[in-house]
Amino acid sequence: MGIGLIAGLQQELAVVLIVIVLLFIKLGSDRYRTETILGLVNVLLGINLAAGLMMAPTQTVLFGGGFHTNELIILEKNIFNLGTLLISLQAYDWLKGHKLALEFYMLLLSTLAGLFFMISAGNLLMFYLGLEMSTIPLAALSNFDLEKRQSSEAAVKFIMSSAFSSALLLFGISLLYGATGTLDLGTLAASDDNLPLRMAGILGSTGAHALLVFAFVLLLSGFAFKISVVPFHLWTADVYEGSPVPVTAYLSVISKGAVFFAFIQVLYTTFRPLARDWYNMLVLLAVLTMLTGNLFALRQDKLKRLLAFSSIAQVGFILVGMTGSPTTANASVIYFILVYLFSNLGAFGVVAVVSAMTGKEGIDDYKGLYKTNPFLSWVMAISLFSLAGIPPTAGFFGKFFLLMSGAGRGNYVFISMAALNMVISLYYYLRVIKAIFMDANDHPIGRLKISLLPAIALMVCVAGVLLTGLLGWVYDYIYSLSANF
Amino acid sequence: MNQIPLTHILFVSTALFFIGMYGLLTRRNLITMLMSVELILNSVNINFVAFNRYLYADKLDGVFFTLFIITIAAAEAAVAIAIMIHLYRNLNSIDVEQTDEMKF
Repeated sequence: MGIGLIAGLQQELAVVLIVIVLLFIKLGSDRYRTETILGLVNVLLGINLAAGLMMAPTQTVLFGGGFHTNELIILEKNIFNLGTLLISLQAYDWLKGHKLALEFYMLLLSTLAGLFFMISAGNLLMFYLGLEMSTIPLAALSNFDLEKRQSSEAAVKFIMSSAFSSALLLFGISLLYGATGTLDLGTLAASDDNLPLRMAGILGSTGAHALLVFAFVLLLSGFAFKISVVPFHLWTADVYEGSPVPVTAYLSVISKGAVFFAFIQVLYTTFRPLARDWYNMLVLLAVLTMLTGNLFALRQDKLKRLLAFSSIAQVGFILVGMTGSPTTANASVIYFILVYLFSNLGAFGVVAVVSAMTGKEGIDDYKGLYKTNPFLSWVMAISLFSLAGIPPTAGFFGKFFLLMSGAGRGNYVFISMAALNMVISLYYYLRVIKAIFMDANDHPIGRLKISLLPAIALMVCVAGVLLTGLLGWVYDYIYSLSANF
Repeated sequence: MNQIPLTHILFVSTALFFIGMYGLLTRRNLITMLMSVELILNSVNINFVAFNRYLYADKLDGVFFTLFIITIAAAEAAVAIAIMIHLYRNLNSIDVEQTDEMKF
């Protein structure tokens, strides 16, 4: 039992261990140098990633079905370990001058542990605990630019909207419990078919079905809040703009990606019997999300806000992929999130470096960046091309697989809407690239000296963007793991 | 023994849910908005306990869920109030209408 516990919980325990080490450093002395701490944390995160990659693939079920892990889930957690390491490297310049760097890492890593538990959750209680364990520290993190008013505004908006969305989610879960009598995700799926509902005695079988659909809609809106699907996206732009850049990057890639993984599991295992009901909902939400994200992104002047709306639009594309058949949907979504991690972190990495050194975040400030900082300009250009889905980059392949997966259902009007949206999105991505490479500027951003750690992170992102698409085995590997999904 | 029917209890909890929702959408003071969210969470708690007691009394899933919700709501309120205090230091107000520095 003891060994099994450690083997199954290996990745969570590693993250929690780093938090405990940091806690003891904090308790032990108050005269540490921030640079030393940052170096130490990054090394620890690197070891954590390596340990996760070398972990033997196990299939474990713990806590009476509350926690389960398998090869696919281990892969998802490794993707997030990689993303957290990249964000931590990019945050170096900003954290160097911050007096609470240790606390930043403690909150960040407890968020990560919460997300791990959420992905592995086998019942709704564990899922809810993991979700809250990640949301509450994230709200504190978005307040981490302590002197800036924008940052506390962002934190207030984040915690209020996430509290509201968890309340909706919980009401849905309570109705689901009332209708089926179980919280276990596997049992819920089975009980949907034959409806052994004691509620059916009260409501009749159509009434019980309506109750299930209502519970599902509430759950869906809870999820939609977390991944900022359109009717529930209003918090996204403000929170992304106000939070410190590394936290924004974390919000847009890691926390969103993890909720997507949990969402797709819930959709395709628990709610598979309701597929006829949710297919149309997903199609509608996907179209709305892509359109709104793209149209609002057209009129932004600040790069962070533009990236926020672009991330809303990307969520719409992921939803397109999710409407496909289970295996292709799962494989294409995981693959796209890997690609999206590299491309978005590349873009946010450049914003983080420029913002930490000069404080400038407007698109106009980036005019003429190519003359002074060719490296940063190329990283930005490659990442944005990947986000837009231009062929040699991985973003193209990611989008291609998502649309292929969505097209599997034969709803071609829907797929053409998605393809048209890719054309709209080109406009605002190319606007940034035009500002960087072509526009003249009397006072461009000066030549920036990039520290070693952010430079490594940016190079990894570029390599990821260029290679994940061209190496065919990446998608094949993910697909083979999804086959028995 | 005269028992209160389940539907009565569900009526109370649903009413509480919508009162909370109404409060969240109309109030402009952040503390009151937080209280409204707590109302919604309490309606969820009533739901869980009632379903457990009336329909699935053989297992205690619902009661355990309630315990966790109460704990997490406390943690959430603590962080939310800390953030509000910090906002008050910057803004001298906890009125949501005034958190308008970022707009599209």
